[in-house]
Amino acid sequence: MTVAVIVFPGSNCEHDAVYALRALGAEAELVFHKETDLSGADGIILPGGFAHGDYLRTGAIARFSPIMAEVERHAAAGTPIVGICNGFQILTEAGLLPGAMVANRDLRFICRHVLVRVESTDSVLTSNAEVGQVLRIPLNSYEGNFVFGAAETAEGVVLRYVDDRGEPDDTINGSTVAGLASPAGNVVGVMPHPERATESILGSSDGRVLLEAFMTSVAAVPA
Amino acid sequence: MKFRVQITRRAGIADPEGATTAHALRELGYADVESVRFGRDMTVEVSGDDEERALKRVTEMCERLLANPVIEDYTVERVE
Repeated sequence: MTVAVIVFPGSNCEHDAVYALRALGAEAELVFHKETDLSGADGIILPGGFAHGDYLRTGAIARFSPIMAEVERHAAAGTPIVGICNGFQILTEAGLLPGAMVANRDLRFICRHVLVRVESTDSVLTSNAEVGQVLRIPLNSYEGNFVFGAAETAEGVVLRYVDDRGEPDDTINGSTVAGLASPAGNVVGVMPHPERATESILGSSDGRVLLEAFMTSVAAVPA
Repeated sequence: MKFRVQITRRAGIADPEGATTAHALRELGYADVESVRFGRDMTVEVSGDDEERALKRVTEMCERLLANPVIEDYTVERVE
């Protein structure tokens, strides 16, 4: 099983993703955004960063990178695809997930661990977790305030920001949505960084249950 | 030809910059400020002299890239 981690100009979390996946036993390779063939990939990660400088809107230009046609083909074919942070923004811009990102409510870049609660296990990222399980994962974003479009139904939320009591919390960045899955569950966007929470020395290893679920899904993709 | 593209966020979609600016105006004593909404303003220059075709193409650019139809509306007008 091979996971392709896509590198856009301005991506900056691709090595974190590769490191975490390899440490957990996956084969992971960096693939430049100008490539046009992902036929060897059983899973895809769109990493965090500032793809194409995030000019215009976050992810708006990245969605037209040559590799995205392959990502869209894989999404339709059921391949597990996870967009982390900027990768989540790219997935919404590409229309592979609903909604959009706006600036954090308090107009501050957020860089700290947050608590997220598993809302659904019907996704390639949450299938190993339990509904109600609370995970501590770092959040690093300015435009992480997820909104559904006016014409969209608020469905597919798999992770929600919660407070110390485990109750939904929209005071972190303005939204409670931390993770969102496509109806089929194979395309998932997650705003906090599970790949930076895989070892206790990093302050939390709670991201493992998410990445291990992703790897289980990737391993299940027919060769 | 130059076209002015104005992009606005749809009503009901969060606009933290607008909300913060409205708050600041009220703090300055402008108690009658009900809301401030941010948008983007661009001028797109295109070659050729067929205005109808150019307008159609700039509109297409808005749909595909310049605006996010999930949360934004846009207007296009020729300015030069």
